[in-house]
Formats: sequence, C-alpha cells, structure tokens
Amino acid sequence: MVSLEEIKKSLLTCIWFMFLTFPIMVIRVNTVQKVIEWRWINMLLVGVAGFILSFFWRNLFREKGKTGTEKQSPAKTDNISIFQKIREDRKRFLPVVALFGCFMIAFPLVFSLYQTNIMTTALIYVMLGLGLNIVVGLAGLLDLGYVAFYAVGAYSYALLNHHFGIGFWTALPLSGLLSALFGILLGYPVLRLRGDYLAIVTLGFGEIIRLILENWNEFSFGPSGIANIPRPGFFGMEMSLKGHTIYLYYLMILLVLFTIFVVNRLQNSRIGRAWIALREDEIACQAMGIDKARTKLTAFALGATWAGMGGVVFAAKTTFINPASFTIWESIIILCIVVLGGMGSIIGVISGAMILILLPEYLRAFSEYRMLIFGIVLVVMMIFRPGGIIPDIRRVYKYKGKETRMI
Amino acid sequence: MDWEYFLELFLGGLTRGSIYALIALGYTMVYGIIELINFAHGEIYMIGAFTALIVATVLSMLGLNQVAILICAAVAAVVYSCAYGFTVEKLAYKPLRKAPRLSALISAIGMSMFLQNYVLLAQTSDFLPFPSLIPDFEFWEPYAHIISSQELVILITTFVVMILLTILIKFTRIGKAMRATAQDKVMAALVGIDVNQVISVTFIVGSATAAIGGVLIASHIGQINFYIGFIAGIKAFVAAVLGGIGSIPGAVLGSLVLGWTESFFTGYISSDYEDVFAFMFLVFILIFRPAGILGRSDTQKV
Repeated sequence: MVSLEEIKKSLLTCIWFMFLTFPIMVIRVNTVQKVIEWRWINMLLVGVAGFILSFFWRNLFREKGKTGTEKQSPAKTDNISIFQKIREDRKRFLPVVALFGCFMIAFPLVFSLYQTNIMTTALIYVMLGLGLNIVVGLAGLLDLGYVAFYAVGAYSYALLNHHFGIGFWTALPLSGLLSALFGILLGYPVLRLRGDYLAIVTLGFGEIIRLILENWNEFSFGPSGIANIPRPGFFGMEMSLKGHTIYLYYLMILLVLFTIFVVNRLQNSRIGRAWIALREDEIACQAMGIDKARTKLTAFALGATWAGMGGVVFAAKTTFINPASFTIWESIIILCIVVLGGMGSIIGVISGAMILILLPEYLRAFSEYRMLIFGIVLVVMMIFRPGGIIPDIRRVYKYKGKETRMI
Repeated sequence: MDWEYFLELFLGGLTRGSIYALIALGYTMVYGIIELINFAHGEIYMIGAFTALIVATVLSMLGLNQVAILICAAVAAVVYSCAYGFTVEKLAYKPLRKAPRLSALISAIGMSMFLQNYVLLAQTSDFLPFPSLIPDFEFWEPYAHIISSQELVILITTFVVMILLTILIKFTRIGKAMRATAQDKVMAALVGIDVNQVISVTFIVGSATAAIGGVLIASHIGQINFYIGFIAGIKAFVAAVLGGIGSIPGAVLGSLVLGWTESFFTGYISSDYEDVFAFMFLVFILIFRPAGILGRSDTQKV
C-alpha cells in the first residue's frame, strides 16, 4: 500500500511546491500604499494539496505504465471500444444520432433564450473547429492564426453591409470566398515552411490582421468596432428578438450539418486522402505524385472558408464586432477544441467544442478559476489521453474470410 | 538625414533587441534540444519579474540600500524562475517526450495559460508600478541624452550573459553534453550522457536568462502585469525563428535585427504598426530563407 518511500516522495514534493509558490501565493504587495499582505494560509493549502495530489499523479503514471506503452492505457481502450462499437454498428449509431438530433431541434423550445444563445455560440465553434480540423487534423499544418479568417469573414459582412447594404445571405458565400482567398494568400508564402516555422508565421498573420483592423481607422473604424450589423432575414419577415435568436439557432444547425456533410465527404475523397498522406509523410506523398503545393493550398483555402462563414454568423449574432474579439487566444481555443476533441475525428471536434464552450458558461460560479482549470486540463489531457476525447479511428482494412471495412 | 535621431533609434533598437535576446535564448536552447516551442517561457520571464518586484518591495520597506535590493531581487528572480522552469519541464513536458509534437505544444500552451492565471489570481490583474532598481550613474550624466544609464546597464548585462553562455556551451562539460544531446539524443544517451539531466539544465539556464531579462525590462519600462510574458514571449520567439531556431548566435542576431526593425520603422514611419512590421519582416525573411537567417536548412533524409 502506501509505503514510507511514497510518503517521503510526497513530502518532498509538498515542500518543493511550498517553496515554489511562496512569493507569488503568500506575499501580496501594494506598491502604492506600501503595504505587505502575508497570506500564510495559502502556503498551508498548497502544502496539503501538493501532498495529496502527488500521490494521485504518481498513481496515474503507474496506471499508464502498467498497461504497456502509449496507446494501451485501460481507460482508453475501453472508451474507444464503446465509441467504436457505437460507430461501427449502424443499429446503435443511428438511434444515438437521432436522439441527439431530436435534443438539438427541441433545444430552443425547452430551454430559455439565454441557453439558446450560448448553444448558438457553441455551434459557431463547432463550425470553426471542423474548419480548422481540415488544416490541422487532416493536412497536419499547424495553424495558430486561424482567427484571422474568422475576422475576415466577420468584417467583410460588417463592411459590405455598412457601405453597400449587402444582406446576410449574399454576404455568407461572399465572405467564405474572401476568406478562402486570404487562406491562399497566407498559404502561398508559407508553402516551403514546415512545422514550427509555419506555426509562428500563421500566428504572425493572425496578429497582422488584428492590428490592421485595430489601427486602420478609415477602413475598419478602429478599436471602437462596427455596430448595428443586421441579423439575418427570412424572406423579409418581421421578427422579434426571440424569433431572431431561435431562427439563428436553427440556421446554425443547418450550417453545421452542411459543414459535417462536406467535411465528411472531403475526408473520404481523393483530396482528403492526399491531405492525410501529406500529414503522414511529405516526401513519400510527393513521391506518389501528389501535388504538394496544390494540396496544401486547398487545405488552407477550405479551412478558411468555414472560418469566414462562421465569422459572418458571429457578426450577425452579436450585431457588433470589434478587433478585441479576434485575439490570438481565440485561435488557441479553436486549436484546443480540435486537439482535445480528437484530431481528425468529426464527432471528436463536435464534442470538443461543446465541452470547451458550454462548460465554462455553466461553470460561471468558478468563472475566476476557469482559465486556470482549463490550462491544467489541457496539460493533463495531453499527458494521459493524447488522442483527445474521441480519437480519430484510422481506417483499417481487415481480411477476415470476407472483406469487411471498419470506419 | 538627422544623425542624432538615427543614433537614438539605433541604440533604442539595440537595447530592445538585447532584451529580446535574453528571452529568445531560452526558446532557442529548448528548441535545439527537444524541438518544442516552449510557450510557457514568456510566463517564466513574467514570474521572474513578479518575484523581483515582490522581493524588492519587501526589502525596501525593511530599508536596505538600492544596490543591495537590486542584487537580492535579481538573485531571487533568477532562483525562482529556474525553479519554475525546472518544475514546468518535469510536470508538463517530460511525460510527453515520446508523444507527437503537437501534444507537447498544446501542453505548453496549457501551462502558459495556467501560469498566467495563477499569477492573476494570486496577485492582481492591474498594472503594478515596478521600482526603478537600476540607479542613475553620476559619471554617465554627460552622455545620458544619447543613452540612459539604465539602457547602458541592460546592454552590458546582456553582453556579459552572452559571453558566459558561450563559455558554458563551448567549453564546459555540461555544454558539450548539451550540444551532443541536441545533435542526437539516442546517441548521446549511448555514450553515457544523462539526457534528462541535460534537458533540466537547459531549462534552468534558459529560465535564468529570461529572469535577468525580466528584471531589466521591468525596471526599464516601470510597470508589470500578468500578461507581459505572453507578448514578450511571442516577440522573442519571432526573434528566435528569425535568426534560425535552435542556433544560439542566430537568436542573438535575430533579436537585434528585430529590435532595429521595430525601432526604425516606428521612428521613421508609424508607431501604430510596430508589431505589424515585426511580423511582416518575419514573413519576408522566411520566404527567402525558410530556416531563418543563420539556420541550416538541412536536407531531409528519407
């Protein structure tokens, strides 16, 4: 059981953390009034927490190590098999989807307007996540500036509407196209870059777009943003605020369904397989006759399109946008949705978006701590469950007497 | 051409660049060894600055003289930054050594978020005024209009740190082990190098330089908050990439180039677009030299 050795280890950890958190947690200085506040109770808390958590931490590692290397931790295989079973078996898969669909359709009728609004936001993130999934999950290009395309979409709707009075329905495809164009614009110079260089350039690109929007007052109205963006219309029908919210919710459901359909088809298409091949091995992929430049550019362009459309919906939903909504943290949250949910897996990305967006909304009580917890969750998830919540299941072709295909 | 203005911008860029260099070194050293963008590195720098602020305030209330405060605060900042760097590596990166690169990156982002919010909650979200720890030298008075004594201290400190670091890496045993590990981890382990220890030392050295940078820049600018680490971290990372990530002279060169670019662009064109210029310049350089200015673009083995 708990040996002396274990206790000694934990005690050391506890002392180490007490030392580590001493200046930041215990002392608080007020430089203006020259007062020092000593909070010794925090030290005690850190000590106790460190002592207990270190047991858990080591235990988790032992569990992970016991079942062999990386991919065979017990919890994981169980979970995969549950989802796998559900996904494999149409008889079980369809009812689950139908049930979920019914829930989503009934949602605005059952819950309040506030809840519906939050759900619409979550759906926007589902769309963004699925878009980024093309770039990161399928093509394996690490994009830290995805929010730039989101901003391009939102601003192109807002500006087109402001100057030319273009409506939501015209703006939606137009913004998608414009974002795709920006995607190619970004993609072109970075074709030669790999891995981390790509990450930093995309990050820079995101910041460039945001800073231009912030500083170019004549063009984008600067940090004060653009207000009075119209909500989408429905054949010129007059709608109350409630009607608008619910309408936007259903609209978003349709858009997400459309996204899922397209991404799913793309994934199994020639270009989708080219992306996956590119992710696995660039050189081998080129040797097989895949045009690297074109494949990468389509990934960027298609990923950006969804971000652009998401941006339009976002602008229409909030009716007000400013550059503060498009910071790098937004990109990082979308990336976390993809990675936490499970890269390359559509169901994974959907659940990732739902968890990451809805959970903080309902944990308002802990709102101060939510980013803190979020950070810890990211680290712990990556260590103990690197594939995400619902990992992508690779296509396997098995021969068992007669050929069966598992997806 | 106004030479005095030019000189002012040149020296301003040099100061700025040398501070970026102190932070960029940590990025580039870590990247050179474990190929990870250590997103939490900026936070280590921020924690260094906070520790220095806390220690300095406490000591100044005890009534120590300025030089003693400066030394104590700097030492405390270095010690704590090293401790945090070491712990972060052990908790968040070590278990992910064999995992895909993206997992480690996400873990680093998580760590960065955690540390930011940890300082935010335990301290404050407001800007705190940072005491000016570096004294104004009297003998420097005649030249102070060109470069202030604070900037002079920054330049000299950076220079000394660079030289010490070069000695550490070129001529010591651990430096040799670091270079070997960076080249090939498995081979290094085979000839008896304790790879885990080398990685820990790398994190500690990187954190120490970041802490020195933190104390210097905080007392130069005069205020800090929990968010400074993120912005400085991104800039320093841009500098490291610009110079060719993984290469130590590259990090220094990249930082200086970045410092000058920002300084001259803001001085001659517009201060609104400072960061835009920095990033555009980065993209521009990377188009022509995809591995950075001094980076070797090694041929891919199949």
